[in-house]
Amino acid sequence: MSISRRKFLGWVGAAGLSTTIGKSAAAATNKHFTGYPKSFAILHDTTLCVGCRSCEAACNKVNELPQPDKPFTDLSVLETKRRTTTKAFTVVNKYDNSKGPQSPVFYKKQCNHCLEPACASACFVRAFTKTKTGAVTYDSTVCVGCRYCMIACPFEIPTYEYDQALTPRIRKCTMCYPRVIEGLLPGCVEACPMEALSFGKREDMIKIARERFRKYPDRYVDHIYGEHEMGGTNWLYVSGTPFKELGMREDLGITPAPQLTAGALSSVPMIVGLWPVLLAGIYAVSKRKEKIAQTEQEQALTSALDKKRPAESETEEES
Amino acid sequence: MDHVFYTLQDFMTYTESVTYLLVIATLFGMTLFWLFLTGGKNKD
Amino acid sequence: MAQVTTAERKSIFSLFNLIAFIVLGVGVYLTYLRFSGGLASVTNLSDYNPWGIWISFDLLCGVALAAGGYVTSSAVYLFGMKKYHSAVRPAILTGFLGYALVFLAINYDVGRPWRLPYPLVVQQGTTSVLFEVGLCVATYLTVLFIEFSPAAMEWLGLKKARSLVVKLTILLTIFGVVLSTMHQSSLGALFLIAPSKLHPLWYSPYIPIYFFVTSIIAGLSMVIFESTLSHRFFAYKMDETHLQEANGVTLGFGKAASYVLAGYFAIKVLGISTENHWHYLTTGYGIWYLVELLGFVALPSLLYAFGVRTKSLGLIKFTSVLAVLGVILNRFNVSLVAFNWHLPSSERYFPHWMEIGISVFIVMIGLVLYRFIVTRMPILYEHPDYKDAH
Repeated sequence: MSISRRKFLGWVGAAGLSTTIGKSAAAATNKHFTGYPKSFAILHDTTLCVGCRSCEAACNKVNELPQPDKPFTDLSVLETKRRTTTKAFTVVNKYDNSKGPQSPVFYKKQCNHCLEPACASACFVRAFTKTKTGAVTYDSTVCVGCRYCMIACPFEIPTYEYDQALTPRIRKCTMCYPRVIEGLLPGCVEACPMEALSFGKREDMIKIARERFRKYPDRYVDHIYGEHEMGGTNWLYVSGTPFKELGMREDLGITPAPQLTAGALSSVPMIVGLWPVLLAGIYAVSKRKEKIAQTEQEQALTSALDKKRPAESETEEES
Repeated sequence: MDHVFYTLQDFMTYTESVTYLLVIATLFGMTLFWLFLTGGKNKD
Repeated sequence: MAQVTTAERKSIFSLFNLIAFIVLGVGVYLTYLRFSGGLASVTNLSDYNPWGIWISFDLLCGVALAAGGYVTSSAVYLFGMKKYHSAVRPAILTGFLGYALVFLAINYDVGRPWRLPYPLVVQQGTTSVLFEVGLCVATYLTVLFIEFSPAAMEWLGLKKARSLVVKLTILLTIFGVVLSTMHQSSLGALFLIAPSKLHPLWYSPYIPIYFFVTSIIAGLSMVIFESTLSHRFFAYKMDETHLQEANGVTLGFGKAASYVLAGYFAIKVLGISTENHWHYLTTGYGIWYLVELLGFVALPSLLYAFGVRTKSLGLIKFTSVLAVLGVILNRFNVSLVAFNWHLPSSERYFPHWMEIGISVFIVMIGLVLYRFIVTRMPILYEHPDYKDAH
């Protein structure tokens, strides 16, 4: 052996260390987070949606959800605005078309699989995971049922099984994570007969959307909903009429949810580090003042007694 | 330390975990240090 | 004299005992319903309204109203205000029982209470403000239990254990303030994640500071309020020191509360200014905000001040109730009234009577335990064997 074992281990160690230094430097400068590269997204073109509810039926089948009260072929349900429920991970709602009163517009709503999910940020047992496929998944095996995720979600998506006494779960769209990792399409995308749902890499979906705006400028509002809202989502929308006419909030801002509470959380280490110093200081000062007051009192007492003594007999006792 | 963070969520999960552990250590440490500081001979 | 008070005591308490019996009985039944039928069987919670009064009242108000523990112990042990010493044990007891009851209420609210230890031992959601709340509240409950234990030990005659625990007083007091600052503010911080759901007048980056400051107001006011009630029902258990210090506590805490309320009023107004939300004040919600700010913050601050200046204990005691109601109102506003303000009224929440029933049940347990402890353990008096030199 020409190389000593110690030297060899030293080289291996240095090589390992240098890789960590190199990568951690990248992480330290990585203040702007762009999400997992090559994650998938769905593009929902509401100008193509006819409200047939095939996507709802497919979602119900794929997720083995219970049969609804009214079948998916019943389009009268569209007369009321619905939200996601424990039995429906996605719903299609009908809206008046301000550009063409005769033809209503439709919008399919489900979990938007945010780049920085509010639910994941809020969950105190990390039951939500932003996967590299883009899907935000939920783990019911750790969920305590605190429902803070429901408070946090700006799109009001998570639903809860309040009627379950012992095994209540949060329910929401999974972006068909088990199917996607097998190379299949999400159930709703596969079922849509109008190609109102497209599936592919998020960057590509954005390019496709921009391309549609370029080709048909009068058809679309020049905005991809989900590109930046709440820091960006993996479910993107394009529309012919303003998004708020489809019941989609345009006032959510672009700040990702984790950033909303980062400030409050950052006060914790400061309080823990400095409060003890401040409070111990206050205690020390008050103890000192007490001692000084005590000493002054004793001095006042002895000087008062000293003044008294000469006037009285020497048998006087000190108190 | 040699992990790249793709999301703010992942970054914060990591940093907050480390921070919490340090916070608990700080509480112990500040207590012990105070005992050290106020120990020794008492001058009157 | 003793005969008369005993007779008085008996007659008041048998009515209380009757009410307590009914409330506890109904509570046990509602508990059975809750755990056999799920949350749907006893609450009006929905997918739009996942948090109801068990969070708004039992958690958010419960924790604020139990804040007298850290406020009083820090005043006496850290700031050296020895004339309030007799108020410490009742305040710590209220704090301990308060936090224990908060924990009890949480067991009703979460879907799987047996999993409550999970964030600590299974998987940590460290980005969550709720994680921090849970950690701090659990730790602080332990601190309060230890701070309360000397009274129990004196009752049980555990001399050695007691002297050991008493040595920890300053440490526990400091820990108590540190932990309380964190979780009181974090309860407010919970709502920072939902700016789109909270009315702009109540949503502010300063919510954590507002919640912390109002916990001090609640703590000071609850000590006055409880002292009033204790003197009404348990005066026969109080020793000379307690009776003599009582008025001083009312005046001193009233003075402190007045000034803290004034400061709180100022930072609320400044908070509107930094966001330029003045125009919201003329809306319906704005009027309600002004009711909260003027009627339950500014008014008690002024009433406390008048009470202190003129040494009218009655006015201070009345104001303590107003101030406590103000903190409760603020918590309710943030979590129920201003929350989901954007939703149509058909989707808004109002508690089911059974939710109220459980909350009343939990409060009743607290009252019964308080009475049990105060009539047996040295809370309102000093145990003759353990007269502390202070």
